Amino acid sequence: MHPAFSVIFLTTLIGAAQGLFLALFTAQTYAAFKLLPQPDAHAFYGQGSLLALVLLVAGLVASFFHLGHPERAWRTATKWRTSWLSREVIVLPAFMGVVFLYGLAHWLDWHPLLMTLPGELPLDPTAILGVAGTVLAFALFLCTAMIYACLKFLAEWHSPLTVINYVLLGGASGFSLAAAFAAFTAPELVSFLAGWAAIITLLGLLGRSASLYRNARLKPKSTLQTAIGIKHPRIVQKTQGFMGGSFNTREFFHGQPVAVLRGIKWFFMLAVFPLPLLLLLSGMQGTMGLLVAAFVTQYVGLLAERWFFFAQANHPQNLYYQSIA
Amino acid sequence: MTQLALVIDLNVCVGCQACVTSCKEWNTSGAAGPMVDQNPYGADPTGTFFNRVQTFEVGEFPNTETVHFPKSCLHCEDPPCVPVCPTGASYKRKEDGIVLVDYDKCIGCKYCSWACPYGARELDEQQQVMKKCTLCVDRIYDMSMTEDDRKPACVKACPTSARLYGDIHDPESAVSIAIRESGGYPLMPEWGTHPANHYLPRRKTRIKIHEDELERADNPLKVDRQLPRPAMDEPTLDDVTTW
Repeated sequence: MHPAFSVIFLTTLIGAAQGLFLALFTAQTYAAFKLLPQPDAHAFYGQGSLLALVLLVAGLVASFFHLGHPERAWRTATKWRTSWLSREVIVLPAFMGVVFLYGLAHWLDWHPLLMTLPGELPLDPTAILGVAGTVLAFALFLCTAMIYACLKFLAEWHSPLTVINYVLLGGASGFSLAAAFAAFTAPELVSFLAGWAAIITLLGLLGRSASLYRNARLKPKSTLQTAIGIKHPRIVQKTQGFMGGSFNTREFFHGQPVAVLRGIKWFFMLAVFPLPLLLLLSGMQGTMGLLVAAFVTQYVGLLAERWFFFAQANHPQNLYYQSIA
Repeated sequence: MTQLALVIDLNVCVGCQACVTSCKEWNTSGAAGPMVDQNPYGADPTGTFFNRVQTFEVGEFPNTETVHFPKSCLHCEDPPCVPVCPTGASYKRKEDGIVLVDYDKCIGCKYCSWACPYGARELDEQQQVMKKCTLCVDRIYDMSMTEDDRKPACVKACPTSARLYGDIHDPESAVSIAIRESGGYPLMPEWGTHPANHYLPRRKTRIKIHEDELERADNPLKVDRQLPRPAMDEPTLDDVTTW
């Protein structure tokens, strides 16, 4: 497939935002159980939510560049019964709304006691909003990944690993961002967040390696024989029917030599996993520069990862477009 | 239930591209138009087409066969492009099974084109909406035309009658008979899309002539004699009178 930068930015930006929100609420939950010191709610939760919101809005803006008719985007919410894309379009603003309210409640120090849970745990609106946001963050991961995983013709995507990797890679970049952000606003949480970022990055390495291993061994279901229905082992296309390009020759080919593809694979395998891991572990004591470098490296790596994710998918329609004459 | 479809006979298609140009001509000025070309006279022309004719070479030289392969939307009975559409712009008509795009609802997200294994959909660069074969829906129901003209433009254009058009759910229709009796098959059956359009395979025409068709079985000694002369009151044509 042709990797579109609008979609690459959309999926990586909102993935990091979802991970960041999950990191914020994980810290809040740990703090509620007194497993972590209570950070400055204004700065950490409030500004952290704002940061997540900025990323979400940036992702949403990027997604509009993918549309031929952005002014009709409101229509996309109508077919949620059948379309994962439609579901994503509903869940994304809902998640943005909850992140906004969650940040606002922390910003305004709005902590009225709603009830006390067993074990003297106070329950305030931020906890409820946090749970709602967590559910929506995972729902959004599911929707985004299922847009690709539900297409059975694209064997490289049609796997549970797609969903797992969207969750893990989004989570890893979000926790890395949270660690870097905490270095500025809540230094007491840095080692906790950097630790989790490292763990999720490791899990992401496992998940992404598994999908690379799987994709390298795929056997295409469709062949030139089934594509034109002629049972002969040797069929060669002599012409695709036109000499200029068409949508079919642009949208479904990445147009890069194999060497570029391989180079990008090794780049992201380094930039998403081992490099940020090293930077996170060495910055665990709260070195701002190292933690920011960890997130930036991982995010740039994820841009390459997403590019490769699209470029690697081989669409069966390409069987019909192999020769110009 | 009606399912309109094309049946394309690969045995007679000569790859003349008449269906391609006829399709473009009708549809660029019809309800699905315009199908605008970009840079048509430049170095890198491109444009929207609903129908293409491709050419494949089957076998190894010198035992090769050239197969011309017309390719358009197959109007699948279980179209994978329809449920993925987030706006409902892509739909399959209940009354005749034609898969269409509502250009006023399409947002141009290209998702349906990813979900079509045949590459039957093309984004129109000018209108920025997804386009595809409409089976000339603006033509086949046009009552101002004679019945003979109420057929897709590609079918009307084909000089070798390689394109049949009709209802594949009606067992007595010409297309159903062709599929049944000439081995019609769908493309990429492995995906379960149940394409409505079918293709008829290449066929070799062979005549088997038996010995006794070359020799008179009633004359084993190969002795021909002159036929008896008819009587004066009988007609004189030999084959009428000499059984």
